[in-house]
Amino acid sequence: MSRKIYAILSILLIAAFVLAACGTPATEAATDAPVATEAGVDATEAPESAEPVTVTWWHIGTAEKDTALYQAFADEYMAANPNVTIEITVLENEAFKTKLATVMQSGEPPDLFHSWGGGVMNEYADAGLLRDITPELDADGGAWRSTFSPGPLGVYSYLGKNYGVATDMGMVGFWYNKALFAEAGIDSPPETWTELLEDVKALKAAGITPIAIGEGDKWPGHFWWGYLITRICGQAGFEAAAITRTGSFTDPCIIEASTKLQELAALEPFQEGFLAATYGDEATAMGNGKAAMELMGQWAPSVQKDNSETKEGIGDDLAWFGFPMVEGGAGDASDGYGGGNGYAVGKNAPDAAIDFLKYLSAAEQATRMAEIGIALPVVKGASGVTDPYLLTIQAKTGEAKYFQLYYDQALPPALGSIVNDNVQALLAGQLTPEEAAQAVEDGFAQ
Amino acid sequence: MQQVPAIPEPLKLKKGPGSPQQIQDNLTIFLFLLPAIVLFLVFVIYPIFQSIYYSFFDWKGLGPAVDFVGLENFKKILSDKVFLKSLKNGLLIIAFALTLQLPFSLFLAVLVGRNLPGRVFFRTVFFMPYVLSEVITALMWLFLYNPDPERGFFNAIMVLIPGGEAQAWLADTNLVLPAIFAALTWKYFGFHMLLYLTGLQNIPEEIEEAARIDGANSLQNFFYITLPLLGSTIRTSVYLSILGSIQQFILVWIMTKGGPVNASETLSTYMYRFGFIRFQLGYGSAVAIYMFLLSLTFSLIYQRLTRKPDYLTGIEG
Repeated sequence: MSRKIYAILSILLIAAFVLAACGTPATEAATDAPVATEAGVDATEAPESAEPVTVTWWHIGTAEKDTALYQAFADEYMAANPNVTIEITVLENEAFKTKLATVMQSGEPPDLFHSWGGGVMNEYADAGLLRDITPELDADGGAWRSTFSPGPLGVYSYLGKNYGVATDMGMVGFWYNKALFAEAGIDSPPETWTELLEDVKALKAAGITPIAIGEGDKWPGHFWWGYLITRICGQAGFEAAAITRTGSFTDPCIIEASTKLQELAALEPFQEGFLAATYGDEATAMGNGKAAMELMGQWAPSVQKDNSETKEGIGDDLAWFGFPMVEGGAGDASDGYGGGNGYAVGKNAPDAAIDFLKYLSAAEQATRMAEIGIALPVVKGASGVTDPYLLTIQAKTGEAKYFQLYYDQALPPALGSIVNDNVQALLAGQLTPEEAAQAVEDGFAQ
Repeated sequence: MQQVPAIPEPLKLKKGPGSPQQIQDNLTIFLFLLPAIVLFLVFVIYPIFQSIYYSFFDWKGLGPAVDFVGLENFKKILSDKVFLKSLKNGLLIIAFALTLQLPFSLFLAVLVGRNLPGRVFFRTVFFMPYVLSEVITALMWLFLYNPDPERGFFNAIMVLIPGGEAQAWLADTNLVLPAIFAALTWKYFGFHMLLYLTGLQNIPEEIEEAARIDGANSLQNFFYITLPLLGSTIRTSVYLSILGSIQQFILVWIMTKGGPVNASETLSTYMYRFGFIRFQLGYGSAVAIYMFLLSLTFSLIYQRLTRKPDYLTGIEG
């Protein structure tokens, strides 16, 4: 008798939990979908004393000035819209990726969250975890959409729908220490891959660590591989291998890129312990003048400063050059490899979140971000970039005939992760170019 | 519980199984256990079955799992070199733990359990690492292992030793596992030492005294009296150490993320890589099932093998 009671009660309990687990998200999703279109239009003009809403915003600006500026944006918006509360969560890059994956799997995305666009974002969009903001972008004859350069905005669109906007975009390139280059007797930055290898040898001969790299984090190394493929295979070669699949990652041009990468690694150009170093270590080495160059994105100068002992970085000694041409490569000299930062909109985001995103992505705010060197604006009318090298990057990004988004973001997460793992193995000499190529192909087969 | 005050006559309740009184008692017990049962079901039992379910799917972790693949994940795992590598690393860590970490802890326990001057102080010092969180431990060791001799403690010492040179501890595929093991040992030896200390306190002094009177020297005393009487403590400590080694995650993940090139991959980091970085949660779940089976099989076999010999049951707690 009592046993039966236990059994019945336990079954009831389990049933209750199963039902509870299935029940909640469905109701929430149903409530906010219909209001989306109509409210988007008037939200900009009249922040009427509406119902109190809370907007959750996750960003990865952990440096002090980033955090302060983003907090200021939120405070200003909240002051103008007293019914809106913006809850900010600041997360470190790697921790952010992990935490976001977890909340995504539970089906509860933040309203606004940092995104690099591309494959990872598409994955979320496929799962219905993002809110389509195309209607808001196109409202009033595309008033909001027309403020953006189309390229960067496109990174946040998938199958014709927009799920977020860009706030920053730039191409990866070499940040180098002019003083150290001069010390090694190098007058001008290299223009070809062969010259780059020569410069590396000269720097080594002068007792200078040629290249800083945080290969423990893996993504810094993948810039090298990605750029080599961009230079050697060109747009057609890469798209055949990765997108149309008329080619494959075992194509000769990709093997050649891997071989070139290993030629570089054979010169031992990296700082001691690079395989376990983080990007923070890389920026520290550059900021303290302990390495001559790094291949990094537009954020590099501000991170170098933040990670240096003096908080000033290497000052005027820092300069920039684009990734050199590879002899015989199919790529155009203007082609760029890079990406940037922006925000995606979670499926449960209230209209206030999109209105705040409009505020955040406006030219005025873009200028303020550019002024402290944490973004290269992608909206028209924004200024604030004074650093000549950042201006160069901004111009080159705009001129690129083919601008390839980082592979680890453009490809689906499983493949992006295989690419990153592979590059580390290539640099460590643990995989041959052929094996690395096959590993990516196996990833496609999965 | 059974000593219930006399029941009023008119009700004429029977006591015993199935009587209303008995049911009421059981219900009371059940109500008190309910919170614990609920938590256990929701956070332990339910996820296990969920993992088993997902392990049969090719599932990205977003939305419902629909792509049923049967045992495909389980087959793929066994043919993956990286999985076999992480299994091998797990076994290596276990081997290190059993041959180095535990004897070392026992040695220290015997030292600070005796009349060593200042033993209370040493006991506290040795136990301190265990109190630190794993994350802090990992970060601290990261600093110690910094390859730059100006910043990393170990390399600062290495360059002072004649003929020694700075090592890239965590970046060298051969050094990384021993380096992580050193951190693991530092973190956990205090815990095992404490276990042994408790065990030592349960050994009646009379027995050791009797042995001494019979002419046993301190080495004989240790091997014939102390060690056998510590048997059950050692078994517990070995058991916890092996399970801990199989499941080790935090320290490894923070220090190396399983790298470089999978050289320090453990089963947990392998599982995490697929579940949360590659978004292959079905595959990751299958790895979790393998880990679960491994731990379960080990536990069952171990408990059978180490059943207490009868002559010890009287003395030990």
